[in-house]
Amino acid sequence: MPEPAAQENFVIQTPERVATVEAGAHTLAGVGAGVELSGGDVHGLSGEAKSQFQIVLNRFFHQRLAMIGVATFVLLGIASIVVGHFWQYSYTTITNNLNDPPSWTNPFGTNSIGNDMFAQVMAGVEKDIEIALTVAAMATLIGVTVGAIAGFYRGWVDTLLMRFVDLVLVLPVLAVLILLSAKLSKESNNWLGLAFIIGILSWTYVARLVRADFLSLRERDFVEASRALGATNRRIIVKHMLPNAVGPIIVNATLTVALSIVFESTLSFLGLGVQPPAVSLGLLVDQGQDSATTEWWLFVFPVAFLIVLILSIFLIGDGLREAFDPKKSRVRA
Amino acid sequence: MFAYVIRRLLISVVVLFFATIFVFVLVAKSGNPLALLNANPHIPHATVVARENLLHLNDPLWQRYWIWLSGAIHGNLGTSINGQDVASEAMSHLFVTLRMVIVATVIAIFVAIFMGVLAAVRQGKVTDHAITVTNFVLLATPIFVLGLALKEFVAIPINQHLNTTIFYTDGEQSPTLSGSFLSRLPAYAEHPALPAITLILISYASWAIYQRSSMIETLDADHVRLARAKGLSQRRVLFRHVLRNALIPVTTVVALDFAAVLGGAIITEIVFGWQGLGQWYLNGVLTLDTNVMLAYLLITATFVILFNLLADILYGVLDPRIRYA
Repeated sequence: MPEPAAQENFVIQTPERVATVEAGAHTLAGVGAGVELSGGDVHGLSGEAKSQFQIVLNRFFHQRLAMIGVATFVLLGIASIVVGHFWQYSYTTITNNLNDPPSWTNPFGTNSIGNDMFAQVMAGVEKDIEIALTVAAMATLIGVTVGAIAGFYRGWVDTLLMRFVDLVLVLPVLAVLILLSAKLSKESNNWLGLAFIIGILSWTYVARLVRADFLSLRERDFVEASRALGATNRRIIVKHMLPNAVGPIIVNATLTVALSIVFESTLSFLGLGVQPPAVSLGLLVDQGQDSATTEWWLFVFPVAFLIVLILSIFLIGDGLREAFDPKKSRVRA
Repeated sequence: MFAYVIRRLLISVVVLFFATIFVFVLVAKSGNPLALLNANPHIPHATVVARENLLHLNDPLWQRYWIWLSGAIHGNLGTSINGQDVASEAMSHLFVTLRMVIVATVIAIFVAIFMGVLAAVRQGKVTDHAITVTNFVLLATPIFVLGLALKEFVAIPINQHLNTTIFYTDGEQSPTLSGSFLSRLPAYAEHPALPAITLILISYASWAIYQRSSMIETLDADHVRLARAKGLSQRRVLFRHVLRNALIPVTTVVALDFAAVLGGAIITEIVFGWQGLGQWYLNGVLTLDTNVMLAYLLITATFVILFNLLADILYGVLDPRIRYA
């Protein structure tokens, strides 16, 4: 592998993966903005000094699409919990109405065994969010740890870890997921197991991002300064370097949430994911596909909620990316 | 350059070797391929033992791996549970899958470049917003949802409305196909239409988003400003100075995305009932057909490694600033 040249704000620099190079730009822009604005109070122009976190948050809140995404996601999350507890039907309730079209009592209709589809869809949303958040937390934790260690210590540790990442990336994720979930679905129907196998295949990208960031961060003056002050390696990594790499990590975690919903619903569609009597949106789409044109409500509602849920997370992710790195998406002069 | 390619090729072989170990352990741990046989009380124990010996199930793992690997190097991927030769089965399924994937990828690349350029040039205007929103919605749609929706709400209504089969929704070829190759050609073109559209729409979206941001970045570069200042026409600036540079990152992303396209192909094949490599693999997984699983993972890993290599080489060819140490 050719050694990457000095990190610059260039997308075209090294034959390394494009995304890893991009990550360098993220940090530079983020740190630059923080330095510039936190000193701005000298002239008393900006009123109060803002931390970098506040600046990012402020930029995030000023994006309409991202806010729509946040609102949709929060609303879906709250609604799924509220419906699960207070709606007149639970998703397991079997009513006497079979294959009823949407009505006031069953807003999303009922299926062929009499389950209320509104309760089912909302239970599916809840399960999807649960799994996705678990996966993202797990993948981010593993990825950040591996990436930080590889990027900080370099040498043989780096080579070993990154070769392993290469190895995982060589196999189509979905094919391996099918293999693992087929075994899992026979043994248990615990959603945590499903989240676990999606998680252990989703951390490689974060690891690469963090490693690329750390390779450039470790050469910076503030790291050298804290080392001169006698800080331990662990302290330098956790207190000084990680906060500078937090932008791409958060953006990537958001995308992982969205992608794990895609993976989970795909596996459930194949019958290898969430197992009945539990429901997920992918499972509902699978159950509704044969009656898509006759009992349309069995297909259309799960599909619509699935797309809206994933879309809202993508919008949040895109907004976060812009908030952390506004330079990349500025309107050209 | 040449030395670099050779070195990368050697590294690829090593990665592939380790990948086979990884895959073999994964598959071996996925379950007992004779579980069904064992569960059947009508099958004598001796038969099961004979099959066990045939599949070397009682040998240690590394020995089984060695037997499989030395076979694979000579093009022998063993036999499936049904006694079929896995290598020749894989080849015929691979042909079905590649027919769909290659057509879809080529079209998706052109559409993505066009849409990405259009959105970037019209940045902030209605065209840009329309393209970007469409791309995000497509990106948020899992491939099985898109495939089902196209099948149920586009293809079948159109077919019913026109009373003929415009879009084939099931299978990769008509069952009663006969005659010369030329007379079968229309059928070859018609069947992939719907699966290919599904794959195109899914892969196109992320590439177009990438192309757009790559274009915007290049539009901002100093050399583009210089080209404009020289008084070059808008068209010349756009095609000679911006697009040529903006294509570089996208090229590699497309090559690197090949694993994802293969994953997408599994789902597309299942939705549209194609007897492709993905469908074959899924059946293999469900019946615990070890050799089928191994063959699929070996073939796809080889493809992915080749495309990664291609991405690295393309990067160097397209961007002469990259030097190979």
